[in-house]
Amino acid sequence: MITPSQTVGPFFAHGLPYAKDWEMVPEGHPDAITITGRVSDGAGEPVPDALLELWTGETGTRGVLTRAGEGVSGFGRCATASDGTYRFRTARPAGPYVSLLVFARGVLRAVLTRIYLEDVPDPLLDGLEPERRATLLAQRDGDAYRFDVRLQGEGETVFLDY
Amino acid sequence: MIHPPNLSPDYRSTVLRAPSRPPIAFKTDPDTIELTSPVFGHAEVGALEADLTRQHAGEPIGERIVVTGRVLDETGHPIRNTLVEVWQANAAGRYAHELDQHPAPLDPNFTGAGRCLTDGEGRYRFVTIKPGAYPWRNHHNAWRPAHIHFSVFGTAFTQRLVTQMYFPGDPLFPFDPIMQSVRDPAARERLVAAFDMDTTEPEWALGYRFDVVLGRTPMEDE
Ligand SMILES: [Fe+2]
Repeated sequence: MITPSQTVGPFFAHGLPYAKDWEMVPEGHPDAITITGRVSDGAGEPVPDALLELWTGETGTRGVLTRAGEGVSGFGRCATASDGTYRFRTARPAGPYVSLLVFARGVLRAVLTRIYLEDVPDPLLDGLEPERRATLLAQRDGDAYRFDVRLQGEGETVFLDY
Repeated sequence: MIHPPNLSPDYRSTVLRAPSRPPIAFKTDPDTIELTSPVFGHAEVGALEADLTRQHAGEPIGERIVVTGRVLDETGHPIRNTLVEVWQANAAGRYAHELDQHPAPLDPNFTGAGRCLTDGEGRYRFVTIKPGAYPWRNHHNAWRPAHIHFSVFGTAFTQRLVTQMYFPGDPLFPFDPIMQSVRDPAARERLVAAFDMDTTEPEWALGYRFDVVLGRTPMEDE
């Protein structure tokens, strides 16, 4: 029998974040993009104590917990700020999306979603109503993308079964 | 269902944070990135990071313990060289976190965070001190049973697991809505470490065993 999940709780700050955890590529990397957004709850209030994990799935890339030198990572972590915002700097992925896990106090098992950087024909996107599909599409502004996570209620982000 | 439902109203913070719509199943193919997982290198994790009692000039106050176990998949195969991270309160039930307002003493010799990679048999081992129970504001006279937070990576991102390890025989179990959010009693039992005399070291530390079993790796759809 598998081990059940439990919430990350409010006090992970001394355990999980690490230096430059959200900077998956160095500043000035030729393929660098930024992904930023805000996590909010069912009342529309910001979630100031969430931890986000981004995975680009680049085979062969490592987690890179230490950022000595020009470390490039397919994995990143970002704890939300007091206003619920987060940010990642990563390399533009090969495919249309990256994977995102959201942990928080009050979330008993992390919720899994995808950030689509391009609106393309896709087996997951194409199965969704337009309004729900839109929750998975990042808004592009140059090399910057905006992706909000709404845990519950109006505009609730599509979460994946896993 | 082994995992707790995200909406578990006795744990009040879930009420506004649990998604209201069911999660969507997704098809997989060889390019599905959730089928892969980050790999962490031995050079990234220092050997001393698994000993939470040796991160400061002096020794922390509390009952020294060894916590060890294996990370396995559902079929019992070990997950090798995978990252295990732990964090916990000190012996007095206080976290080294600026927002922890519990009026119990901080310990200058204890931060309460550690990490290691599993070995070739999926085994991890931490040396730490037994954390204290601590109060929280979920309901009147609410106390969390003593626990160590665990974060574990599998071979697929969908196996990612964050959980909590409890200590056997804690009288707070029936009163804790976080532990009780796991509805199946047998599944709940999987969160409780076993006291283990073979792990216990004479004249030095009590030993506990805690295995972590991750869900299946999703198969690629044909
Ligand atoms: Fe805790």
